[in-house]
Amino acid sequence: MGPNLWMNYGEAVAAILFCIGFTNLLLQTNLIKKIIGLNIMDSAIYLFLAEKGYIAGRVAPIVTDGVTSVEAYINPIPSGLVLTGIVVSVSVSALMLSLTIRLYIRYHTLDLDEIAAQLKKEGR
Amino acid sequence: MSKKRPSEEYHKTFAYHFFRWLSGEKDPYLGNLEMKPQPEYKTDSALQLRHEKEHDAILDKVYDTEHNKVLKLFHRLYHATSILFCLFLMALLLVTISHLPATGAAQKPVNNEVAGRYIEKGLEETGAVNIVAGMILDYRAFDTLGESHVLFVATITVLILLRLDKNKKGELSSLAKDMNPNDRVYEPKNDAILQLVATFLVPIIIIFGIYIILNGHLGPGGGFSGGAVIGAGLILYLNAFGFQKTERFFTEKTYKWICFFSLSFYCLAKSYSFFTGANHLHSIIPKGTPGAILSGGLILPLNIAVGLVVACTMYAFYAMFRKGGF
Repeated sequence: MGPNLWMNYGEAVAAILFCIGFTNLLLQTNLIKKIIGLNIMDSAIYLFLAEKGYIAGRVAPIVTDGVTSVEAYINPIPSGLVLTGIVVSVSVSALMLSLTIRLYIRYHTLDLDEIAAQLKKEGR
Repeated sequence: MSKKRPSEEYHKTFAYHFFRWLSGEKDPYLGNLEMKPQPEYKTDSALQLRHEKEHDAILDKVYDTEHNKVLKLFHRLYHATSILFCLFLMALLLVTISHLPATGAAQKPVNNEVAGRYIEKGLEETGAVNIVAGMILDYRAFDTLGESHVLFVATITVLILLRLDKNKKGELSSLAKDMNPNDRVYEPKNDAILQLVATFLVPIIIIFGIYIILNGHLGPGGGFSGGAVIGAGLILYLNAFGFQKTERFFTEKTYKWICFFSLSFYCLAKSYSFFTGANHLHSIIPKGTPGAILSGGLILPLNIAVGLVVACTMYAFYAMFRKGGF
C-alpha cells in the first residue's frame, strides 16, 4: 500500500464505482441492466479525470482580470478529455439501446441467456 | 487457331466425352455396368413423425436450462469467478491509486508544460477567455471534429437499426409490423397541463441554449452543452404537441442538410486555420478584443456548428427511439 490512499479518496470512489459497473456488466443477464453498468463505468472515469485535474486553491480555467499565470488555474486538459468521454458515451449508449430494441423484437425477451438458448435451438 | 470441326467428327473425340463427363451430363457407368435393381424409396410418414418427435425431445432435454446440472454448476462457477475477479480488480486499482500523487497537489506529472502553455499563451494565441474552449476548439480542434463525427455516425447507425420504412412495393417492413403503430398508448393526447407548461418553458430553454453556445468562449459552456439544452427543449415541444407540429420545421431532410453544412464548414474553416498556422502565414481571421462577444477568431462559429449538430442529434435520437423516423 502506498501513502496516499486517504488523500485520494475521490479516485478511490471512482475505482469502486468502476468495479461496481464491471460487476453489473458480468453478472446481470438483462441487457438494459448491462447498459446501465457500462454507463456507471463511464461516470467513474469522468470522476477520476476531474479529480486528477483538480489543484487545491485554484479556480476553473476561465481568465479573470487578465491573469494568465499557471499558478492561478487548474489543469484544463482533463476537462477537455471528460467532454470527449461524454460524447462517446452518449453515442455508444444510443447504439446499444437500438441494438437491444432489435433483439427484443426478434426474440421477445431481454434476457441474454434466453436469447442464447433460442439461438442454439434454432440451430444457428 | 484451330479450325472448327463438324459436330459429327467432334462427337467421336476424347475431349467431347471428357467434357461431358466433367460437366455431369453423362455418367459412363450408367447403362453400361450391370447393377442390382433397387427398390423404390418410399417415405414412411409415421416413422418420420416419430423421428421429428424424438429430435424435438432431445433438443428440449439438451436446452432445458432449469434442470441441467452441468449448466447450474457453470453458472455458480461463473458468478463466483466474476465476483472474485472484480474484487481483485478493485484491490489492484486501490493499490495503484494509493501510489498516485495526492489530489490537489500542484507538483504532479499531469501538470506539465503542455497545460502551462495552454494557460499562459491561450488567451493571447486563441483570443478565448475560456481556456478550455480555446483548447478544444483551437489547439485540439481535430479531436472535436472527430467527436462531432462520432455523434453523426451514431445517429446514422441508429437510423439504420430502427428506421421503419416501406420497401419498393410499398409494404411496411417486418419490423414495422411488430411495432405498435400508436406511439402514445400510455400518454394522454393533447395534455392541457403539459401544453401550457411547454408554451412557457420551450422558448426559455431554447434561448438559454443559444446563450450557452454564444458564450462558449467567454464562460462555462460551449457547443456540446448548449446543443444538448436546445435538444431537450425540442424534445419537450415534441412531447407536448406531437409530431405534426415538429414536422413543419424539422424533418429528416432538415437534419441531413444541417449536419452536412455544419460538419463541412467546421472541416473547411479548421483546415484553413491549420494550413496558415503550419506555414507561418498571416491568417485573415481577426482575434478581436478578449471578452467581447465577437472575439476568439474561429471559436464562436465552430461552437455554433457543433451546437447545431448536437441539438439535431439529440432530437433525432429521441424521434427514432419513439417512432422510428422523423
